[in-house]
Amino acid sequence: MTDQPLLSVRDFRLEFDTFDGVYRAIDGVNFDLIPGESLGIVGETGCGKSVTAKSILGLVPTPPARVVSGQILYNGEDLLTVGEERLRALRGVEIAMIFQDPMTYLNPVFTIGQQLVDVILAHQRWRPSEQRLNRAQARDHAIDMLSRVHLPNPERQLDAYPHQLSGGMRQRVLIAQALSGNPRLLIADEPTTALDVTIQAQILDLIAELMGEFDLSVILISHDLGVVASLCQRVVVMYAGQVVEDASVTRLFSEPGHPYTQGLLKAVPHPGRAASTLSGIPGTLPNLYDPPAGCRFQSRCAHAMPMCTTVPPLYAVADGQRVACHLHAPEASRAGVA
Amino acid sequence: MAELTKEAHELTVSLDWRERHVSTIRMLRLYARTFARNGSAMLGLGLVLLFLTTAAIGPYFVPFPDDATGSVHIERKLQPPDAVHWFGTDEVGNDVFTRVIVGARVTLQIACIITGVAMLIGIPLGMIAGYMGGWVQEVIMRITDVFLSVPGLMLAIAIVGALGPGIVNAMVALSLVWWPGYVRLVQAKTLSLKNEIYVDAARSMGAGSLRIVFVHLLPNCTSPIIVKASMDMGMAILGAASLGFLGLGAQPPFPEWGAMISVARTYLPDWWWYSFFPGTAIVITVLGFNLLGDGLRDILDPKHRE
Amino acid sequence: MLELRNLSVHFDVSKRGKGKTIVRAVNGINLNIGRGEAVALVGESGSGKSTVGKAALRLVDTTDGHILLDGVDITHLERGRQMPLRRKAQMVFQDPHSALNPRMNILRSVAEPLILHTALRGQALTRRVIELLEIVGLQAQFLYRYQHELSGGQKQRVCIARAIALNPDLLVLDEPTSALDVSVQAQILEFLKTLQSDLGLTFLFISHNLAVVRYLCSRVAVMYLGRIVEEGATETVFTTPKHPYTQALLSAVPWPEATQPKGHAPLVGDIPSPVNPPSGCSFHTRCPFARERCRAEAPTWRALAPDHLVACHFAEDLAAS
Repeated sequence: MTDQPLLSVRDFRLEFDTFDGVYRAIDGVNFDLIPGESLGIVGETGCGKSVTAKSILGLVPTPPARVVSGQILYNGEDLLTVGEERLRALRGVEIAMIFQDPMTYLNPVFTIGQQLVDVILAHQRWRPSEQRLNRAQARDHAIDMLSRVHLPNPERQLDAYPHQLSGGMRQRVLIAQALSGNPRLLIADEPTTALDVTIQAQILDLIAELMGEFDLSVILISHDLGVVASLCQRVVVMYAGQVVEDASVTRLFSEPGHPYTQGLLKAVPHPGRAASTLSGIPGTLPNLYDPPAGCRFQSRCAHAMPMCTTVPPLYAVADGQRVACHLHAPEASRAGVA
Repeated sequence: MAELTKEAHELTVSLDWRERHVSTIRMLRLYARTFARNGSAMLGLGLVLLFLTTAAIGPYFVPFPDDATGSVHIERKLQPPDAVHWFGTDEVGNDVFTRVIVGARVTLQIACIITGVAMLIGIPLGMIAGYMGGWVQEVIMRITDVFLSVPGLMLAIAIVGALGPGIVNAMVALSLVWWPGYVRLVQAKTLSLKNEIYVDAARSMGAGSLRIVFVHLLPNCTSPIIVKASMDMGMAILGAASLGFLGLGAQPPFPEWGAMISVARTYLPDWWWYSFFPGTAIVITVLGFNLLGDGLRDILDPKHRE
Repeated sequence: MLELRNLSVHFDVSKRGKGKTIVRAVNGINLNIGRGEAVALVGESGSGKSTVGKAALRLVDTTDGHILLDGVDITHLERGRQMPLRRKAQMVFQDPHSALNPRMNILRSVAEPLILHTALRGQALTRRVIELLEIVGLQAQFLYRYQHELSGGQKQRVCIARAIALNPDLLVLDEPTSALDVSVQAQILEFLKTLQSDLGLTFLFISHNLAVVRYLCSRVAVMYLGRIVEEGATETVFTTPKHPYTQALLSAVPWPEATQPKGHAPLVGDIPSPVNPPSGCSFHTRCPFARERCRAEAPTWRALAPDHLVACHFAEDLAAS
């Protein structure tokens, strides 16, 4: 394994042209993904985590969206400029995605088998001709995939319709479908949000198991800090379209650097400890049609200072922890401000 | 319990009309902007406004007011359009322009009454059927189905046939065949709305069925009703004109467009202006209402919006 | 305050000509909630926890059993005589977006219970609504706004204002924070906690989120497939869960910290359908400790300690092992 990033998002900016003006959804997002790593992206509604993930696969419709600047490098190839044809060749084969609500991503009028086989056959177009599977081989591959996601009776389930399966089983089918092209990167957008906790635990275990089995790298998008903590090694925290902190899980939960991360951790009730006090983060998200100059968290931040009207870069703090907050600026540049 | 601050008191007392309705105003502005971007909707609005203005003030400015109710001027019968008689004259010398303009008001009245009566019957029935469910819904919907299974105009002709021709009977007949569409529309909408949580919330506060139906559900049904009503105005005009044309509706010399064409058709093609202008009036008005309805649907029903 | 005795709620979802299909949403549960208590009902989807809440407010009809509110049997109270019940007990729903009528402004929404139950009108009504909004921490400027102009947290505050408008004794809260972001959820939870102690309210708090329950409630009842499987003081149940389902549920919740709880063995399989609940103990299909007896015989509801009840044949053995 090298330290060459598999995926590298650099200074990504994306806007939506809407009726009410320009919505600055993503404003300068930077992060890298090392091969074999599982990276969590957490944040609350409207922070841009899903849009970022969908942008990687070119799934954000343009218009209304518009890429303003930046690069999304996958193995050195800029996904923002390669074009639709190349993206289609990458989707499913190199990069796959699973979504929050498995029901909406399965077509109710086709059986699980038909949908799986179709996806597998669609991938064959991008393979060297001697490795292509025919329909019967694709069916075998589908059964194999279903058994690898531990769906009971995979052969029988091929003939089932999506509505005959439970939510957890549907998510397993979607994971099988996503991994059927043997991708190197799996993007999971809130994969367990619609599921019950006991089922969520099953799915998270499954993803962890498959990471080893398929040599996968994973980007897990979630609003749930617990889910991210249980699956990921590194976490990117987003707020209002910007990355505010990027740290290892250990570091993030023991020494959160950004006031927003700190606030988030104080706001989550802990299932394993007796009731302590909770504190929410006062205020609301800034208006992204007309975002404030500088740090977007300043209006809700207890440590806000004059310097916050300039955009804070990601300051390296420790252990590969980077925090976009002037509190972590080197002493020299802060002189006279604090 | 928190003490009510004095400022809050004064705030509400001092709020003027504009501040109270700031949300509504903002929403209407958004609607207006969306609507204004839609060319065909604006054309529809223009045509409907033209029609409404004509119906409202036209009759006071027509050149030959007496001709509207049917006077006889044999000396100037069937004259082609000229500077005096813009749309020409008919077989008894009445000014066609005057009669078309006065006909606009008649047509508007007919359309409003038909659509209005249909809504008055259809909306409550639809809401009751949708909200009550069970056998009440079965009975109402099956009756509706029976009405819908017979072509509307045929049924209307049969009813007028039984009641006898005449403008009032034509309106009664058309109203009677028009309401089932509203039952269908409102029942479907109510059915989906009654599972909304705010309906449960209203019940948990102790609101009775009537209050839930008319205070909580009805206002949320208005968008599709307005769209349908706008389209139906056009269709009702067409229906009334058809009955008039068949000699079952308004009777000559009553200045109703359909009845005018009914007589005028025997003078085609040589005296074309006699049927051409009432016909054009019908086409323009119906087109106007349909385009307006389409435009309204675009802004009121976001599901159809692109 | 609220007493549920052997409560059952079954829904007939039969389709014509397809035989009888009955969903046994709630199957003979017993629960007592004392005045001023905050009791949680936790469970996964399909456990019937929301149905219990609705049944307690007579929003769904009960099939069997009794509901006593303040000692009065309200199980078969007719529509026309439910007004006193509505004043005493109110509900806050899960999704604040759909719990407010989109065609009513905030003033009208909050005023609705006051219009129904009191003679307040005009200025006096507006004043009372402003008072209520202040209690929930909203300014009067929201009066003439519509729900779509408010954030999720603000909407839920409006819903709470509406629920406490008539000074009820009992508030049934059905997943009040699950549609909200954590930072907002924390605000609402804090607020609910103060509200409960300030107004001396009784809470029946329905949730699937164990962490939230542990924060807010003093007693907890765990539901599985229409039955309560374990009930007790929150700390007792969370630290020494006796029922295998409670144990599995607790170990399935990921912790928001770097080290995850130990002994994490996820339950296999899915929750069975409440149309056809398994024989005997309904949890036996997924229980890692299930034995012959569990398949044949439904466990009785018994007390392990004065304030710790459980429905499992082998609760003591499991605790020992």
